[in-house]
Amino acid sequence: MEQVYDVIIIGGGPGGMSAAIYAARGRLKTLILEEKRKAGGQARTTWEMENYPGFKETTGPELMENFREHAVKFGAEFKKETVISIKPSGFWKIIKTKSGQEYKTKAVIVSTGAEPRILGVKGEKEFRGRGVSYCATCDADFYQDLDVVVIGNGNTAIEESIYLTKFVNKVTIIVIHDQGILDADKILQEQAFSNEKIEFVWSSVLEEIRGDELVDRVLIKNIKNGEMTELSANGVFVFVGTVPRTEFLKGLVRLSKFNYVETNEMMETNVPGIYAVGDVRVKFLRQVITAASDGATAAVAVEKYLEQEEYWRKNVMEVAEPVLVVFWSPVNQDSLKLLGQLEALKLADKGVKMVKIDTYRNKLIADRYQIKEIPAVIIFEHEEEVKRIVQPSEPEIEDFIAGVVTV
Amino acid sequence: MLELNKDNFENEVIKAAGTIVVDFWSESCELCLELMPDYQRIAEEYGDKLKFAKLDIKGSRRLAMSQQVMGLPSFVFYVDGKKSEHLSGEDLDAEELEKTVKEFYEQA
Repeated sequence: MEQVYDVIIIGGGPGGMSAAIYAARGRLKTLILEEKRKAGGQARTTWEMENYPGFKETTGPELMENFREHAVKFGAEFKKETVISIKPSGFWKIIKTKSGQEYKTKAVIVSTGAEPRILGVKGEKEFRGRGVSYCATCDADFYQDLDVVVIGNGNTAIEESIYLTKFVNKVTIIVIHDQGILDADKILQEQAFSNEKIEFVWSSVLEEIRGDELVDRVLIKNIKNGEMTELSANGVFVFVGTVPRTEFLKGLVRLSKFNYVETNEMMETNVPGIYAVGDVRVKFLRQVITAASDGATAAVAVEKYLEQEEYWRKNVMEVAEPVLVVFWSPVNQDSLKLLGQLEALKLADKGVKMVKIDTYRNKLIADRYQIKEIPAVIIFEHEEEVKRIVQPSEPEIEDFIAGVVTV
Repeated sequence: MLELNKDNFENEVIKAAGTIVVDFWSESCELCLELMPDYQRIAEEYGDKLKFAKLDIKGSRRLAMSQQVMGLPSFVFYVDGKKSEHLSGEDLDAEELEKTVKEFYEQA
């Protein structure tokens, strides 16, 4: 059976769930496709959640559970699915999933987020589960009183290093930058520098992870002089940023050089009806609050899009008789005058339908037909533009109208 | 499903004949919890030839480490008491787990 929605949101992180709250509350039939049993995305695996406004003390999982309940309260549906493709089919978008299901929707919000980046050094894959980790909350327990190295120096790397010091004997952070420079926020830097269990190796990168059955040492390269040093370590925690999950979007929407989705400030991609929010898009700050903000924006943009698009389809595209579309604006005197002239003609009696498009309120359609100057009039027949006139003079209008009536 | 701990591990796994799959997990490992229902289903499907067990590492951390398990989730396959495969990592999914179980199933 075909499953039809107003908007389908791909990915149930904070961005997707915020979009769902706004969309479902706006009475859109809303579905979230999330591949995990529990929604929340990356925020679900972050314990410390200190900076989400209004929540002085909460955890990632708790906050995400609140988001989910909030979305469900307004009627959003959740399904456990992994999306493999989106195919635009005219106004509709067809979404296919790994389980073989097909969904039909008028709009799509992509909120697939990002996943931890793999370093790609020798030994990294081989020692997974035997000393190489990407999740401190999962694995810290194993390293009680042992020595670990952390690769990376952003917020996640420093936060997780501080967390690890509650368990381990020593954390050595390998930093690619010059001495004293970290990408993490100042407040985290201060905490790390004053923590007795944390040491730093500057201007260096991880070259290789070594061991027998388990990791026992790492090879570190100084990028200034190329010198290699061996450091003994029982574990390696990798926090070197994230990569966007956009593989299924390649060739469909415009991506940046690093494969993030490019959007405008309305969260629109270059494909009408497809939006992107949260970590997956090109943006300055990737946090729960900015993802939530994106979600709200996208949901409202979708609402407007559907309003305009459905009006256009119902009144112009799906109409049997010729339709005369006037692009106008209440602040443009010429367009008001032209409207008056056209209304007086009582075109409806002559088998021609007249539709007015306010170019300020309905930018979507105005842009689609590249209306740069108003007033402009286009005649459509069976979805096709057959005639156009822009900023007509009076004799031109008369000529044009004479043509219309005989159409 | 068989629940392992430090008292029965030796007898149920190391000294046991046949193929045994052990799911090393913990409450604080989100991915472990995510995979658990899939593992349960796989265990039911392939249970006629393979034995499936799980071990909560809480209280059995040293035991896990003695099996070279230093990260979760970890699924370790034992054949006649000998470790022969270890699946782990952030990107481990039910599909990969089932694929490996199937390989062992066909050889069992």
